[in-house]
Order: sequence, then structure tokens, then C-alpha cells
Amino acid sequence: MRTFFVFAILILLLPLLITNPYYLNVLAFVGLYSLVTLGLSVFIGYAGQISLGHGAFYAMGAYGSALLGMYAALNPWLATLVALILTSLLAWFLGYFILRLKGHYLVMATLAVNLIVYVLLVELEEITGGVSGLPGIPSFCVFSFCFADDRSNYYLIWGVTLFFLWGVLRLLQGRVGRELRALKASEQAARALGIPVVRYKVAAFTFSAFLAALAGALYAHYLTFISPKSFDIFYSVEVVTMVLVGGAGSPWGALLGAFFLTPLPQILDFFEEYKDVFYGMVLMLILIFYPEGLVSLKLKRLRRNNAS
Amino acid sequence: MDLLILSQFVLAGLSAGAVYALIALGFGVVHNATGIVNFAQGDFLVIGAFVAYSVLVSWGMPYWLAFLAAVLSASLVGLLLERLALSRARSKEILLLVFITVGASIFLRGIIKEIWGKRPLILPPVGDAREISLGVFAIDPQYLWIIGITLLAFVLLHFFFRYTLWGKAIRAVAVDAQAAALMGIPVPWVVAASFALAGALGGLAGVLIGPVWPLSFESGVHIGLKGFAAAVLGGYGSFGGALLGGFLLGMLEGLGAYLVSSFKNLIAYGVLLLVLLLRPQGLLGGKAEERL
Repeated sequence: MRTFFVFAILILLLPLLITNPYYLNVLAFVGLYSLVTLGLSVFIGYAGQISLGHGAFYAMGAYGSALLGMYAALNPWLATLVALILTSLLAWFLGYFILRLKGHYLVMATLAVNLIVYVLLVELEEITGGVSGLPGIPSFCVFSFCFADDRSNYYLIWGVTLFFLWGVLRLLQGRVGRELRALKASEQAARALGIPVVRYKVAAFTFSAFLAALAGALYAHYLTFISPKSFDIFYSVEVVTMVLVGGAGSPWGALLGAFFLTPLPQILDFFEEYKDVFYGMVLMLILIFYPEGLVSLKLKRLRRNNAS
Repeated sequence: MDLLILSQFVLAGLSAGAVYALIALGFGVVHNATGIVNFAQGDFLVIGAFVAYSVLVSWGMPYWLAFLAAVLSASLVGLLLERLALSRARSKEILLLVFITVGASIFLRGIIKEIWGKRPLILPPVGDAREISLGVFAIDPQYLWIIGITLLAFVLLHFFFRYTLWGKAIRAVAVDAQAAALMGIPVPWVVAASFALAGALGGLAGVLIGPVWPLSFESGVHIGLKGFAAAVLGGYGSFGGALLGGFLLGMLEGLGAYLVSSFKNLIAYGVLLLVLLLRPQGLLGGKAEERL
């Protein structure tokens, strides 16, 4: 918990040092990615399953709240709330059926959901604007104050992310954390102890989808423009890569992955062209040589230091 | 005449189904040997098709050579994936191995884009391109090639698995890898051979569908997922299931394209979801569900 408070203070003070709106924008994106990887890492790390459909949940949060605002005339907060509820219900429904299957059916099922959502976003042009996207999404407002610029959105996004990070850290320390760890160590043993294995898995999946949708809504009302390109399966691959590269099952690993991989496209100029080669390579190498992610390097070093 | 148009869609659907069946079998072969889902399966297809394109169009070689090059190169990529990446993984957890293949798929996609560019490519037709007319029906011979060669491949593989020592070894590993190892079967070799076979099946599918569908570097994901849907529909890991699932899915898509053309792609994904929700063991599969 001390780490958390140090981290939170650093994050909150950072905009005082950085005045360039471009860097703030990148850091706000790190926050958005962190929110998604946070939920996903709990799911991947403890349920031992992978989803390639979080791009769809991200899209449902973004398009859901934008479209509800346009067609049902809901204000952004209310539209976001409704979109979150709908996304969570869908994720729960999918998880409820598929997570009781053995094997890796969930990967394919979620991949299919992502492709379906993507095709719908592109094809239902009259509603979603098709490939050209959906402009003019209103910002979040509280009375007369609107979260319109990079700085205020940075605080909004990181405020939400820190809140959930704190929540997850607290949760993992308590009974739920112990039971999740038991589940991770041995599913059969956990089941024998009376831990509701499937219920935990479904809950973790739904929670991660909820966070992805929340990030999507924050994204939509921050940029005020969305198009299907941001929600294709590459997004899903990207967030899972972040989780695995950082280290699944540790909230800090999730954040590490987001901090490490989000700015890369911005830093490397040639990146657009070689994005696929690079991502594929990093993913393979890390999984082959550091199956527990980058966070395991730090833990090992700490342990070694403590021993000596 | 509507029936004529319908029959064209059915024929196109069946040939797509043949390709899905080959992909589904590729998934099944790898699954039986290792228990993992190989995400690069669809990319094998694109590699096969594009290698054939280079051999045919860029170098002007005959078709049989392109065929051979496509199958061998995709098979080699499969073999390398297993030898260079999967077999070296420090953790043998299924989840991680599956994701190594996801990484490989993205990596291959990037490499394909670097070599052959972003533009979709289409192969020249096999043999005579003229349509064969049977009374009022006109049949594109490409479709006959696809369906015929796929069926031939399935028959040959059936004999391979049933009667040859290698085929029997692969089946033994599928039943129980440990017991197979105790019987003196070199399991690592069988696993590597399974990947090579999966690659070959992908390459074959690619060179078959290449003259009919324009393929781009991204096509692998979609075709791969449809092949997976076919495998799940028929019963994952089963030989007959792959064939049945492939043709059934192809037919459904063909009919779907006849009825609602712009949402054709949703049919395969929808079928996949429905089967996973309602009958996850597939049409021919045994009990795969873990009951609680």
C-alpha cells in the first residue's frame, strides 16, 4: 500500500512538471491502457484464461456512451453508466457459458465477438458513421466545468485508474485475494476447498470487461471523436501483450506493461511500418524467456538483495 | 433464374468449405499433439498462397512447382515455429504457448506485409479458366479443383494416419503423450512433425483458394478464425469433424451470401459463438464440457 501512495502522489504531481500537452496526452493514454490492463491482468493471472475481445468491450463503452448520448439524449455520465451496465451484462453472459469449458475456447469466442462488433461498427453506417467515424461527442461536464483539455482529462482518467488500482490492491490483500491465489495455484485444490471457481472466473472476466468499457467511454468523451480503427482486434492483442509483458496477476505488472508499451509507437518513428513485426517479436521473446513478465525481474532482484 | 444463382452460391460455399476443412484439420493436428490452439494457422495459408504467387507470377514457373513450393514453405514455417519458438519456451503452460503462437501470427503478418506489400493478391487460375457448361449450369473449374484436391488430401491423410508408422505415432501421442514416450515414440519429433503437417495443410489451402479469393497480409486472422469455427462446429480435433464442419460452414456462408450479402462474415463468427454456447463439443465430438 505504501508503494501505491507513492505512485499516486507521483502521478498526481506529474502534470506540474510536464507542461507540453502532447506528453500529457501520451500519459493520459497510459492511464487508459492501465485501466484496461488492470482488469485484464486479474483475469489472465488468476483465471488462467485469455480474452482477445477486450477491443469489443472498449468499443461498447465508447460507442455505447456516444450513441446513447446522440440518440437517447442522455448526458455523458448517464450514457456511460448505461453503456457500462450493458457491456458488463454481455460479458457476464459470455463468461457464464464459456468459462465452464475446458481448453481455450474463450480466446476464440472473444475474438469472434470482437470481429462481430467491428463488422457492425463498419457496416451499420447510418447509426455508427461507418469507417469515417463518429465526431462531436460531448465532453464530461460537472456543472459549468468541462473536462475538455489534456490536463483535466489526465486527472479524470488517472483519478479513475488510481481508484480502481487501489480497489484491486485492497481486494487482493483480503479473502478474495487468497482465494484467487488458491485458484491460480491449483484449480482442483481450490474447488475441493469450496472456492466457487467458475463464479470467480466469470466475475473476473466481467470486471475486466467493465473496466475496458469504462476506459472506452473515457476515451470517447476525451477525444470527442471515435472510429472503428481504434477498436479492432489489434487493440485486444495490444492490451493482452501489455499484461503478459508486464506480468499477469500483479496489478503492478499490468501498469508496467502499459507504461512500457504505450509510448513506444510515439518514440519510434519507423514504428507504424514495423508495428506488427515488433509486437509479435516482443510478445514471443518475453513469453519464451520471461514467462512471468517483466515484473518478475524486479521481484527476483529484490529477493536477491534481501538475501544478501 | 434464381436456382441457377443459388447453385453458384452453393458451389462457391462448398469450395470455401473445403478450405475451412483444411484449416480445421490443421488446428486439429496441432491440438492433438500439443493441446494448444495455433493462432498462426491462418497465416500459413497466406504464406502458401503468396509463395505460390511469387513462383507463378514473378518467376513464371509452372503450377505444379508453385503448388509444391507453397506446401513446403508453409510447412517449413510451421516447423520453425515449433522448433525455434514453442519448444524453447521456459514455461510449458498451455496459456503461454497459445500466446506465443499469437505473437508468431502477428510477427508473420508483419513479415508478409514487408515481403509482398499491403495490396491484396490473386493467383492466376489453375489449368483452363473457361467455365464448364452442363446444360444451363456453368461451373467454374476452380471450384472443382479446390473440392477435388481437398477430398484427395483427406483420403491420403486418412491412410497416412491409419496405416503408416508415423501416422500411428502421431495418433498415439494424441491419446497419451507420456504413454507414447514410454513406448519409444520420439514425442518431440512427433510434435514438430504435427506442426509441419499443419503448415502443409495451411499452404495447400492457400494455393487452392488463391485463384478465387483475393488475399492480403491480414486475411490469415479471418480465414483462420473461420477454420476454427469449422473445427469447433464439427468437433474440435476430430478428422471427420473437420471435414463436416468445414463443408457445413461453407454451405451456410454460401447460402448466407445469397440472402444477405453484406453481413456474410458475421455468419461464421455467429455460428462459432452459438456452437460454443450450446454444443461446445461440436456435432461429432464427445463430451468436452467440464461439468461442475
